[in-house]
Amino acid sequence: MTEFLQQLINGLSLGSIYALIALGYTMVYGVLKFINFAHGDVYMVGAFAGYYLAPWVWKVIPAGQDTTRFSWSSSAGAFAVLLLSMAVCAVLGILIEKLVYRPLRKRPRLTVLITAIGVSIFLENFGQYLFGADPKSFPEILPDRAIEGLGDLTVMVNQSVVLVVTLILLVALHFIVMRTKMGTAMRALAYNPAAASLMGINNDVIISFTFGLGSALAAAAGILNAINYPSIDPLMGILPGIKAFVAAVLGGIGNLQGAVLGGILLGVLETLVVGYVSPMYRDAIAFAVLIAILLFKPNGLLGRVESEKV
Amino acid sequence: MLHIRDLYVNYGGIAALHGLNIDVPQGSIITLIGANGAGKSTTLRAASALVRARSGSIEFDGEEISQMAPHRIVERGLCQVPEGRMIFPNLTVMENLLLGAYRRNDRHAFPKELEYIFGIFPRLQERQKQSAGTLSGGEQQMLAIGRALMSKPRCLMLDEPSLGIAPILVKTIFEKIVEVNRQLGITILLVEQNANLALEISNYGYVLETGRVILADESAKLRENSQVKECYLGG
Repeated sequence: MTEFLQQLINGLSLGSIYALIALGYTMVYGVLKFINFAHGDVYMVGAFAGYYLAPWVWKVIPAGQDTTRFSWSSSAGAFAVLLLSMAVCAVLGILIEKLVYRPLRKRPRLTVLITAIGVSIFLENFGQYLFGADPKSFPEILPDRAIEGLGDLTVMVNQSVVLVVTLILLVALHFIVMRTKMGTAMRALAYNPAAASLMGINNDVIISFTFGLGSALAAAAGILNAINYPSIDPLMGILPGIKAFVAAVLGGIGNLQGAVLGGILLGVLETLVVGYVSPMYRDAIAFAVLIAILLFKPNGLLGRVESEKV
Repeated sequence: MLHIRDLYVNYGGIAALHGLNIDVPQGSIITLIGANGAGKSTTLRAASALVRARSGSIEFDGEEISQMAPHRIVERGLCQVPEGRMIFPNLTVMENLLLGAYRRNDRHAFPKELEYIFGIFPRLQERQKQSAGTLSGGEQQMLAIGRALMSKPRCLMLDEPSLGIAPILVKTIFEKIVEVNRQLGITILLVEQNANLALEISNYGYVLETGRVILADESAKLRENSQVKECYLGG
């Protein structure tokens, strides 16, 4: 039982990462109806942004560097690194859309899709040029130790941070999408872009906003993953990117709750397979899920059958 | 208020409008009638910049709008209730209405307009928290009109408001269109297949055929015109 619980907790924290990335795929799909395959690389840039920003943050909050024990300073420092990286990636996402995808807006979707793969390859290789191809060690921005008093369970502080921060981000996202003017416009645009523009909505602004939001979440995932697995390199976004894409499809592409559900399910499933079957299947499982979902429920778990719009 | 001059619009290689001329004076109700594919909807789509004019001019309130972005045109007070209503079924009735006011910053004035809209369409008030997809066709049309009114338009273009709606509701909706014109002074450009109804409430009408105006006259006279009677009023 303890082992199962342990696996479940590990799975949840992995699933949170997938969920945060999957949200970006699904939001962009919602407004533009294409898969932004460069999204996994934005997650990588998020981790590197944190890597380079942490020393700067510590210049402002010197006490934040002391991670031998928990303190307000170290939490504030980690929080600042997280927010700044999210901001950097939001800008990156907005730029990618503006410079690359927007000029192709009226072109066939396949053109945009192939271009997205091009952007992905560009980010990976430019990342290798800029950051170096060798793995870097992500700085310790929070004390890395186990939470005491849980018996045989080993829950790292950082693992719980992943869960808590993810939860906060999901609540914030839900608020933005359901309660703000921007969010309402996003939902309107996702349903019918022409009708949205008849409302006086500037669709370009909403699309930029969506890219910014999705990329910020990917950056958060990059940071949250790096505090648990500190080895970061410019190609680290490829596999999580593809797996999060599978998660988005699993939940029903275009559906926000679906992306979260798909991400969590995939994370837990992957951890259980690694724990109980064989670690060799770690990466295969996501693809098996993708094939199965495309065969048996192509609209995903929460996706609706697209009805013809009148 | 709205002047369309020599308008040409193409869909792919196919010409939909060949040199269309239409004038909509302030405060009037103008109607475009004609068969399917005559170019009525295309005219409205061009005025809202959902399709680009190949040549010609569209002037609203003395300003050329044919090259503007759609949201800029809404901002200037030219608003469209599109064919098929195009409400957002995934949003609530209230969210739909508030989206109509998307470009306005005077939130404090919203309750007054909402009150007016709920006054002419009480059903919307009853269902304001429901998702718009659960409304009947007629109610969705009311919502589409209410949503457009929330933008505080000076000129409202309506595309086939009677389409697919129970006859009893069609009457109500047309009465409300006249009411909006009289009470709020909103200029109306009405596209309608139901020529009888359209000519009844309008001041002036244009008959379109294959992308051109073939006949234009006061609505009362068009109703007496033998050609119109034969082709559009059912003999």
